Amino acid sequence: MNVGSKEMEMVSPVAAAPPRANQTPTTTIRTSDAMKSRPQTLLMIPVAAAIGLAVHYCIPKSEPVLPTNYYPTFLRLMFCLGVIGAVGQMISLRLRRWMRQMCPLLGVAVFAAAMWELITTCLGLLPLPYFPGPEAVLAALASDRALLFDSTWHSLFLLLSGYLIGVAFALITGVTIGWFPHARYWGMPLLKVVGPIPATAWIPLAMVIAPSALFSAVGLVALAVWFPVTMLTASGISNTRTSYLDVARTLGASPLYLIFRVAIPAALPNIFIGLFMGLGTSFLTLVVAETVGVKSGLGWYVSWAQGWAEYGKVYGALVIMAAFFSTIMTVLFALRDHVLVWQKGVIKW
Amino acid sequence: MVTDVPAQEAREAASLRIRHVSKEFDSPHGGATPGGLALDDVSLSIAAGELVSIVGPSGCGKSTLLRMIAGLVGPSAGELSIGNEPITGPNAERGLVFQDPSLFPWLTVRRNIETGPRARGVLRENREAVDEFMRLVGLEAFANSFPHHLSGGMAQRVALARALINHPKVLLLDEPLGALDAFTRMRMQDEVLRLWRAHGTTMVFVTHDIDEAIYMSDRIVIMTQRPGKIEQIIPVELERPRDRSSQDFLRLRGDILETLHFAGQPLGGNKG
Repeated sequence: MNVGSKEMEMVSPVAAAPPRANQTPTTTIRTSDAMKSRPQTLLMIPVAAAIGLAVHYCIPKSEPVLPTNYYPTFLRLMFCLGVIGAVGQMISLRLRRWMRQMCPLLGVAVFAAAMWELITTCLGLLPLPYFPGPEAVLAALASDRALLFDSTWHSLFLLLSGYLIGVAFALITGVTIGWFPHARYWGMPLLKVVGPIPATAWIPLAMVIAPSALFSAVGLVALAVWFPVTMLTASGISNTRTSYLDVARTLGASPLYLIFRVAIPAALPNIFIGLFMGLGTSFLTLVVAETVGVKSGLGWYVSWAQGWAEYGKVYGALVIMAAFFSTIMTVLFALRDHVLVWQKGVIKW
Repeated sequence: MVTDVPAQEAREAASLRIRHVSKEFDSPHGGATPGGLALDDVSLSIAAGELVSIVGPSGCGKSTLLRMIAGLVGPSAGELSIGNEPITGPNAERGLVFQDPSLFPWLTVRRNIETGPRARGVLRENREAVDEFMRLVGLEAFANSFPHHLSGGMAQRVALARALINHPKVLLLDEPLGALDAFTRMRMQDEVLRLWRAHGTTMVFVTHDIDEAIYMSDRIVIMTQRPGKIEQIIPVELERPRDRSSQDFLRLRGDILETLHFAGQPLGGNKG
């Protein structure tokens, strides 16, 4: 990858940041495939679920107990799935690999839930209503599922429209600034001065000039994406190796060919760094924009639930957000893996 | 052959003329490259189908000369032409191969080779030619590999095929084998010669390696240090395939080293 410019050095840690969960080095997979999974690994989920159930049923509660039963049902489900997985991995190699990878993580997660219930509902160490137990969160998720689904849908619409508009503009401006010296002369200072302003700081202005709250929110998300993607695209384009361009020229390439078939492919690794950074800033902007402007979406739901001091719902919405944002991240990772497949083996993902 | 008039004309049309070419670079403040005169009044004629190599110390302007022939940089004075047409910019008539193969890493081997026809919009007519060139450089098995899976020698073969598929009148090679190990390099020299003979392309070959120059070229152009000038042009009249250890080969090698002042001084001056 082309690590030439200052911009690149500035952001390269971000590029290396998110390692993929399923990337154990091949050597360890090969050596451990021969062995059987160790029983303590396989038992982690059932044991953690059993601890959770013991905490739930055996320790007296110091806080009021909800009539619902979602949390123990969840624990029983985890227990059964853990046992089924432990049996199934004797037959399926793929399941064995997955179990070896996931058992410790899931086991600890279930155990953390058990400890959470212990210090909240059972021992009452944390003040209500700010720190409800797991049952309250699951109950909130279940009872408000229609509204949560609707909010997620609104957030998805807002995020995607803002992100895609922002990326489209950013690619145009980034390529223009990166390729044409004149555009670079005038565009770069503007980009460097105006770009770093957080998109959320434009909210007062956006509210005045946009015809509706939805428009202003889409515009803000687009702006939040626009800056990093433009910056990284421009630096990627202008750092295209001269020899690529020279060779293409002597092969008969037209200027358009040089831009679209040489400079842009060469800049793609950089562009993807920008896309990832932009996705991060767009999540942030989305939540803020929904909180202050648009009266729908997950950001709005969180502040609305907080207004009613329903912290179970706040945490429920946070759980949905975590799943929502990480799914979108995963989609972008998959896209990158597909587009930059030629980098496999060149750089470590 | 001498009476073959059309062939004679074709050769004329493809011949490369460099007339009184100089190149001066601006001296950038604190820049890594020193400014000043890089090439000083260089004149050279290369006949169609000739293989000429250019040797000389670093900084003698060999690469600059090659880039000027390619049309990537213009001369400060003088003119370059192919046949009767002056060289004004880069085009597919003059292919270029660098020491670094500079394959596009995002394209497979096959798509790298297809670049020329694709860029000129004649890919459909050239599908078979692509197959032929893949075979010619022995890389059919790697058609769908990405460049970083290739060894240095294989990558350079792809670069050669990518340049030759355009059937350039002139192929410019800037130390194309410089980064290869000694054995791969000797194999690749034969490979380049084979391609040269098969296509009759005019080749201008910049190298640091005197043995390589003698082994391959019809004529050797020796250039001097900054500002780059042509010191001498030595025709190599050895029969091909050439024997790297024959008397004539070694004598020629001695002559060239002497011209470049690398012949070695007798110690203590007690000789002659």
